[in-house]
Amino acid sequence: MKVKSSYIPYLLILPAFAYLLFFVGYPLVQALYTAFTQNGQFSLATVRKTFADPYFWEALKYTIALAGVIVPTQVGLALILALAVNRAFKGKDLTIYVLTIPLTISDVAAGLIWYSMLSPSGFLNKLLLKIGLINQPIYFFGYQYRHMEFLAIVLAELWRATSIVFVIILAGLQMISNEYLEAAEVFGADYWTRLRKIVIPLLKPSIQSALIIRTLFAMQIFGIVWILAGRDIPILAGEGFYRLTELKEYDVASIYALVIAGLSLLLGALYIKFMKAEYLEVRR
Amino acid sequence: MNQETKFMLKRLAFYAFIFTVVAWIVIPIIISTLYGFALPKDYYDPKKVIPTSFTIKYVKTLLFTLGALDGIKNSVIVALITIAISFAFGIPAGYAVAKFIFPGKDTIKLSIVALRMFPIPVMAIPLVILYIKLNLIDTLLGVALAHTAMALPFVVLITSSIFAGVSTELEEAGMVFGLTRLGSFFRITLPLALPGLAAAAMFTFVMSWNEVFVASILTLSHRTLPAQILSIMAGASGGAAPDYYKFAAAFIMILPAITFIFFARKYLVTMWGITLK
Repeated sequence: MKVKSSYIPYLLILPAFAYLLFFVGYPLVQALYTAFTQNGQFSLATVRKTFADPYFWEALKYTIALAGVIVPTQVGLALILALAVNRAFKGKDLTIYVLTIPLTISDVAAGLIWYSMLSPSGFLNKLLLKIGLINQPIYFFGYQYRHMEFLAIVLAELWRATSIVFVIILAGLQMISNEYLEAAEVFGADYWTRLRKIVIPLLKPSIQSALIIRTLFAMQIFGIVWILAGRDIPILAGEGFYRLTELKEYDVASIYALVIAGLSLLLGALYIKFMKAEYLEVRR
Repeated sequence: MNQETKFMLKRLAFYAFIFTVVAWIVIPIIISTLYGFALPKDYYDPKKVIPTSFTIKYVKTLLFTLGALDGIKNSVIVALITIAISFAFGIPAGYAVAKFIFPGKDTIKLSIVALRMFPIPVMAIPLVILYIKLNLIDTLLGVALAHTAMALPFVVLITSSIFAGVSTELEEAGMVFGLTRLGSFFRITLPLALPGLAAAAMFTFVMSWNEVFVASILTLSHRTLPAQILSIMAGASGGAAPDYYKFAAAFIMILPAITFIFFARKYLVTMWGITLK
């Protein structure tokens, strides 16, 4: 039995809610004001200045490109991993623990760790040289190797943030009742049929949830890029950071904050619309 | 090929796959740790894939000369303040979501889930202007206040699922025997929820410990560890830190996080799973 009461729950929630509202609302208002006024007058000068900067469009392009490459790969990879691990085998607990380790590793640390793998004197290059697959190191870093820097960021992000997707999908898998699967087996459905007709459809909410969490966090990608590529590969959060800390351009930095917030709201809204349609389908 | 060898081969392939996955996660951590303690001559020797001679010189220099020790101190202070504030605000809210039925509950739950994903780190950019006015810029309290905004939705979600796991009957029994509602919360529910709350505290700690964007923007001289590392390793001023310092830095950063999550791993699913009790 849960307790019914009139005002107590609201009173308990209010402080947390007010706190969050302030830390979301105040910066939004302040950013809008800083970005769209000059000397107290409404002005689009900052917007024009930002949009005229090629770095802005590069940053937008790279942020979306990184998300576009990383997020679907992570979901596919995590799905395979979760399906593989979701059975009884020796060492299951240890495997799951190891797979969740990167969840605790910050983006900065992950960038540094992957630098040790990919640098000219790093593990991968030395290993490949030793077994004779290459004659000279593969260079991942430096402005002239930008496409390799992109690859390095993708590798590091796949390593670091596939865990979150894995945990979400595994949780979803474990909620699928065994009875459905057994029933299907009785009627002669093989593994792939069961996967396609039962597991994946029931897993859809988890997959979508993972997709949106990863996509929204990918819009704020910062530390890993800053460590591995600096501004060779401009990204929205990185440009905002640079404008603010190096150039003290509060107005331009505010626009970057607004663009990221806007992208997140847009993607979030699309997602909720998507989810609702999905729920209706399930109910039918 | 008979049935039995086919089965054995399948098992072998499965374990090979699991082994590859585990190696993929673990090897980079081991390698960067080894390189963090390796002598430069080993690191730059193209024939030495695995270094053989080690030193703690670079970890020491990083800690004492380059300010990582101050960074650790600052990080711990910020994380502790973040835990204190986010628990003070989050526990009542989590309790309310778990134990009460009230109109608008689903909307509130949904907004908390949504706020978990809002780009609060980026919102630190406009926050700078307020912090300058309030003299909170470059203070640890200022960073902790922003980290609290980031951690609070998670704390509400975790605590609500913990409180939902504590049976209401026990609380009611306490009230029958003369405790007030508040008394039964402090004497019965809270002690039972303590292990879960400890895990939630560890998560909050790790979240604050790992956060770099807010900390780098809001501080200049009182940097937390990731912000300090970032300013040494990247950016306009110090992009040229020698490689072995980078690996030593990675080691210092990941050690506490991995240790904490080992103890709190049971609650990982609550934090990121889609179920919301």
